[in-house]
Amino acid sequence: MKCRVCREPAVIDVPRHNANFCAPHFLDMCRRQVRKAIDDFDMLEADDRILIAVSGGKDSLAIWDMLIDLGYQADGLYIGLGIGSYSDVSGEYARAFATERGLHLIEVSLRDDYGYDVPTATAATRRVPCSACGMSKRHLFDKAAIDGDYTVLVTGHNLDDEAAVLYGNTLRWELEYLARQLPTLPAGNGFPKKVKPLVRLSERETAAWCIIRGIDYLVDECPIAAGNRHLGFKAALNTIEAESPGTKTAFYLNFVEKVAPLLAAHAFANDVTLHPCTRCGAPTTGEICAFCHLVETASAHEPVPVELITGKGARRR
Amino acid sequence: MRVLLRNPRRELDIAGPRRVHALLADLELNRESHLVIRNGTLVPSDEELAADDVVEIRPVISGGAV
Repeated sequence: MKCRVCREPAVIDVPRHNANFCAPHFLDMCRRQVRKAIDDFDMLEADDRILIAVSGGKDSLAIWDMLIDLGYQADGLYIGLGIGSYSDVSGEYARAFATERGLHLIEVSLRDDYGYDVPTATAATRRVPCSACGMSKRHLFDKAAIDGDYTVLVTGHNLDDEAAVLYGNTLRWELEYLARQLPTLPAGNGFPKKVKPLVRLSERETAAWCIIRGIDYLVDECPIAAGNRHLGFKAALNTIEAESPGTKTAFYLNFVEKVAPLLAAHAFANDVTLHPCTRCGAPTTGEICAFCHLVETASAHEPVPVELITGKGARRR
Repeated sequence: MRVLLRNPRRELDIAGPRRVHALLADLELNRESHLVIRNGTLVPSDEELAADDVVEIRPVISGGAV
């Protein structure tokens, strides 16, 4: 198997491009895809103050590495979710990445700063674990970006993430969610600008980027997320992709180009008035935002070990 | 060959030689969601793995709240 560009031995085959690449030319392909996403979707300017949501996994460390490689300046934000040893190790990977490269990593701890963790929030709210986790992260990402005067918040959502969310929203015709599933969300209503520069790369490709670049990342999966609906959608799409390479790319990118513009009128932000939360100032439709409600409920609950949630979660999802 | 699998972490002894795509098929693993690594280097799907190789099959799927 030869590299499409230089005919030297390839290290990876990329069926969706019907191409094989050696390590240097694979990295070039990744840079081109990220550059194209940034340009096509007006994601970043050279003088932007960039904050990257960092988990210690492959996607967030890959995009941090790529943006620095492309000449941007970017700080990282790590949120300690308190998911047992999984969170302990993920934090170590994020810190090591930043320290080795002289990058600035901001850290927030749900337990230390807000008095709860994800397993406890799950038990306190009696909802699926990813619900409390996702809501906490989104709120704290927004808050850190606004408080730190960052002009744009970058997340490591890749093509597989976006295709899976699109698949789930399409199966239920969730028009409001579909209308907002864009690679760039502009700032407004108290929210920071948010961008997803990895939407043109699959997670197999972001993992390969990390391996080739020598980036150590947390390979183990979140013990609470295992078996969730999102992972089921990914598996279904990968079964199709194996038979028909390029399907995920066409599904997502054609949606963004051809369908999303038709749905703009359904976007949540178009017809809802937001006010500052009376406790934290974050934009909300009510008096108190959902995050402050969660903090109130979860911080009053006795701490719950992650092992208890992983047992319950399998039954509930 | 010795094969390291993740999530959960375990090791298997598989008879070789065998090509990467055949190894993944034998283990019922989708190549879209896995990478094969030998001595710290990626191995493409048509590469033949030797009987005495030690390889890692690394899952690349992650997903929780998005």
